[in-house]
Amino acid sequence: MNGSIVEILQIVILIGLAPAFAGWIKVVKCRMQGRTSPGLFRPYRDLAKLFSKDIVLAENASWIFRFTPYLVFGTVIIAGAVVPMLSTNLPLSLTADAIVLVGLFGIARFFTALAGMDIGTAFGGMGSSREMMVASLAEPAMLMAIFTVSLLCGSTSLSGIAGTVSGAGFIAKPSLAFAFFAFVLIALAENGRIPVDNPATHLELTMLHEAMILEYSGRHLALIEWAGMMKLFLFMAIGSALFFPFGIDAADNISGIPQAFVFLVVKLGAAGVVLVLIETGLAKMRLFRLTEFLGSAFLMATLGMLSFFILE
Amino acid sequence: MDLQTAAQINSFLAAFVLLTAFGMLAQKRIYSLIHLFAWQGFFLSINTAIVAYVAGKHHLYISSVLTLSLKVIALPYILHILVVKLKIRKEVETMVNIPTTMLIGIALVIFSYYLTAPVTELSRLITRSTIAVALATVMIGLLMMITRKKAVTQIIGFLAMENGLFFAATSATYGMPLVVELGVALDVLIAAFIFGIFFFHIHTTFDSLDVEQMTRLKEGD
Amino acid sequence: MITLSFYSAAAASLLAAVSGMLAANSGIAEQSILPIGLPDLPFHLRLDALSGFFMTVIGLLSFFVSIYSVGYVKGFIGSRPVTRLIVFYCIFIAGMFMVALADDALFFLVSWEVMAAASYFLVMFEDEKTANRRAAFLYMVVAHVGAIAILLSFGVMAGLSAGFENFSGFTFDAMRQAEFPVRWATAAFLLAFFGFAAKAGAIPLHVWLPDAHPVAPSNISALMSGVMLKTAIYGMLRVTFDLISSFPWWWGAIVLTIGLLSAVMGVLYALMQHDLKRLLAYSSVENIGIILTGIGLAMIFVSFNLPVMAALAMTAALYHTLNHAMFKGLLFMGAGAVLHATHKRDMDEMGGLIHRMPWTAALFLIGCISISALPPFNGFVSEWLTFQAFLLSPSLPNQIMKLFMPMAAALLALTAALVAVAFVKVFGVTFLGHNRSGDISHVHEVDRHMRAGMIMSAVACLALGILPSLFIGWTDILIEQMAGARLSTSASAGGWLWLTPIAPERASYSGFMVFAGILAVYGIVYAILHVNPGKIRRGAIWDCGFEKLTNRMQYNSVSFSMPIRRIFGFLFFIKEDVQITKAPHPVFPVKLHYYLRIRDRFWFWLYMPVSKAAFWVSRKVGRLQQGRIQVYLIYSFLTIIVLLLVKSL
Repeated sequence: MNGSIVEILQIVILIGLAPAFAGWIKVVKCRMQGRTSPGLFRPYRDLAKLFSKDIVLAENASWIFRFTPYLVFGTVIIAGAVVPMLSTNLPLSLTADAIVLVGLFGIARFFTALAGMDIGTAFGGMGSSREMMVASLAEPAMLMAIFTVSLLCGSTSLSGIAGTVSGAGFIAKPSLAFAFFAFVLIALAENGRIPVDNPATHLELTMLHEAMILEYSGRHLALIEWAGMMKLFLFMAIGSALFFPFGIDAADNISGIPQAFVFLVVKLGAAGVVLVLIETGLAKMRLFRLTEFLGSAFLMATLGMLSFFILE
Repeated sequence: MDLQTAAQINSFLAAFVLLTAFGMLAQKRIYSLIHLFAWQGFFLSINTAIVAYVAGKHHLYISSVLTLSLKVIALPYILHILVVKLKIRKEVETMVNIPTTMLIGIALVIFSYYLTAPVTELSRLITRSTIAVALATVMIGLLMMITRKKAVTQIIGFLAMENGLFFAATSATYGMPLVVELGVALDVLIAAFIFGIFFFHIHTTFDSLDVEQMTRLKEGD
Repeated sequence: MITLSFYSAAAASLLAAVSGMLAANSGIAEQSILPIGLPDLPFHLRLDALSGFFMTVIGLLSFFVSIYSVGYVKGFIGSRPVTRLIVFYCIFIAGMFMVALADDALFFLVSWEVMAAASYFLVMFEDEKTANRRAAFLYMVVAHVGAIAILLSFGVMAGLSAGFENFSGFTFDAMRQAEFPVRWATAAFLLAFFGFAAKAGAIPLHVWLPDAHPVAPSNISALMSGVMLKTAIYGMLRVTFDLISSFPWWWGAIVLTIGLLSAVMGVLYALMQHDLKRLLAYSSVENIGIILTGIGLAMIFVSFNLPVMAALAMTAALYHTLNHAMFKGLLFMGAGAVLHATHKRDMDEMGGLIHRMPWTAALFLIGCISISALPPFNGFVSEWLTFQAFLLSPSLPNQIMKLFMPMAAALLALTAALVAVAFVKVFGVTFLGHNRSGDISHVHEVDRHMRAGMIMSAVACLALGILPSLFIGWTDILIEQMAGARLSTSASAGGWLWLTPIAPERASYSGFMVFAGILAVYGIVYAILHVNPGKIRRGAIWDCGFEKLTNRMQYNSVSFSMPIRRIFGFLFFIKEDVQITKAPHPVFPVKLHYYLRIRDRFWFWLYMPVSKAAFWVSRKVGRLQQGRIQVYLIYSFLTIIVLLLVKSL
């Protein structure tokens, strides 16, 4: 029973706090670059505005274009039900392990890419093609990182991994460190952040993800944007659950939840600052240099795996 | 510091040495390459100091300081000056493309793990698991020498190989006798000087540091 | 007439599928001996769990395709002799069933040849085009080279099991009971693997496949890709796990390596194609690769005596065998529907078909999602199981193996990701956007028979995706026979809803929950947003305010795969050429011509030398032919003398 309450609470937190997290990143970034920030709550106001607007749909948009935003939103929420944010004791955590999570993000991307091609513009096709290229290189690296961690913990279930890592106390293992670096690089690529993609531009030479969703408007756009924020939030939560799982409640009681929540907020706040540091310090890469970027993510994960066998 | 922690730190540093080795393999800019080499020396010297502390071998402290002064400060400085003086282009030129080199590197790591597995089982030292990494570092250094075109990158490969050997000595037997180590250190320093002088001559003779030019030395061309 | 014959084919397939299902479930072998064939060499038949499983695979897809064919073949009436197609279609299906039922080497090879010959004539169906005849010829050559290898392999095993003096060793029973010396067993295995890999289209023996599959009529392509390749998988399993039954680990390593090579190269070649059916054919090479990967893994685990892990890998391989039959059949049927409606195979002349063919588009999309290994459809389950099997590799006793296994898994992940790219391209270019060749108002949706065939396989894809524990329960005995352990007790430990191959703490997946979850969130969000929905206005395309957009500005299949082509280009022979016709003003050229040709490197590495050598040899041998009867008599005379000499020595 407690498990289901935590489950619902997690999803509510995911839906509710993701825009605030996006706002937090904007605030920190503005501070760091000496600009005035739009405030923590700007994303909420943006979403509200988009929801209230009418939709302008291109003449030849098919049902795929209209279905995609809902699907993307749905997959992120299912992923949110599985990731141990507050507690490892989640009744739905059996639904999906880390590999299934990759698949869930995969199906969202599959449909987004199709939606990009549905309208039949040059931009849409370009965005789809490039996004799929990045994803196809990021996925092996992601899996390698998951492999390393699951070799260490003997499980691919996220709750299981978080439980094992936190139960073992904080032990510095080289394999875990490598896997973490690889994970950071992949998270940047998967969420379309600098240096892989620039979420703030609408310039044909620099955009990947944006190019696919150019034609969206109104509530469709709101859903996609919201899902994007939630995905970023989730990746941070996954990172903290896999590599810094302290504070996540393991027992089946509700009283530990407030404390877990405080930990979550603190960890995410710190993650946001790190993300801003990365994004401010680096420039967007040329498209074909991304192979090197993702190649080094793969190398990191592989080294993690090797050092698991060799050094541990 | 108990043994457990020391072993942990040791394997961490070994991982970093391996990482810098791969970093050197992947690096395209010559200055970053020299920096990475310096970092590798740095990790090595800390590692030696820790081993010295745990094993209670005092001469290892001297090797540690030697490594620090020689491989972290002196040699990178000399290389730096070489690069500036010889006006070497800042990009590293490779014979084989970088991803392929990396894959070969990974295969080499696996191979050296396979080779050292019997040794590791015999040894009782806390540093035993890092022997494979040491051997891999040697091999990656050699790989770097094979796949690079410019002489400067080759000498860095050579020095990285030497790092690997040193590391192997530390992890397999808690270091070589001090005399040997001093000798090796001197050798490396002198080698670097000789290389430097050599480069100047190669540079003036061929007007390039591309080792492929050396094929012109062959008779009958 | 067409309707009647295809309905009876469908009924027969369904019956075979049902009997196969029962046989696989009960695990009891039934044997019978038919007193036909050569004197003293009767045909032996046997239906056990393994052949039952493959009967089910063949039967199910043949059933779907037969229903589909009722509509599809009607499109040929008036332009082509349909009778030939129907006759060979039925012989082809019968041949595949016979292969699965055969219990002696002779009957197996006879059925194998019946299947090959029937499919040869089916590939040749549209024989007025040179390309088709060429493809059929190449298919015939490779099929026979493979068949010779299989024949030799059976010869080795038959000879060793009962001596080379009599024929009694030719039954599978005799081979099963015999103990083979390792060296001979290896020879038999390698020959059989070569022969079956040639039939399965594993790289580097794949060259015939992308030529032969696309030129056949689409219902035949569906069967060839979906199930004919599986008979080769069946043969491989039969020979290794049943007839030889104990083997060293490096056999598995060979199978695994070939499998991974086929998977990665197959999908990369597929990505480079712009012919819809050719792309699907290359993707079959990739899927065969995934199946072989699973089998190789199972072989390695079996040889190290790790039954539970072997059971997991084997389940993954068999699951993918069934899955691939379902979604590849669906995709080829969809491609056939498109071909039927537009008379085109080149994707770069398509686009926007979703508006004219909504049913086909939706069903084809299901096929695309399934094959891209995305939850909650079936492709994902088998891929996930394969990954789980890979994750168990640290318990292998071999050091090198332990380190290479995760790399192999990463290659598999790369394959899966690239398949998604390929099928976004296929669906996006074919069905979405605007049509690239102008008017498509004549394009129509296909009839109800074709739709029914596709709907049934789409439903199978979904069912296999969300109810995997049913499949595991069904193949339980088969897996135990092959790998030595059962999976069902641990796999359904958390109830039928959850798939937990080893233990719930280790890994779990529930396709049903994912499916239900997506539907639930969709429903809730849709309902909330449509309490007070805003207006939807249809307008012109925005495209950042860019005007004068034409249909030819869309990304097509060539431009879509450009990034991948650039990254993995070194694996192909790529010839690219851009010709610009200059105008008075250099910035605005009058005309730009782009030429791209991508070719298989294996063709040059492997086949050109062989064919050159063959031509060289035949030229030399040709000299023997003088045309004078005396010379021929001298040849015969010399032969007799030599033979007598040999015998007397």
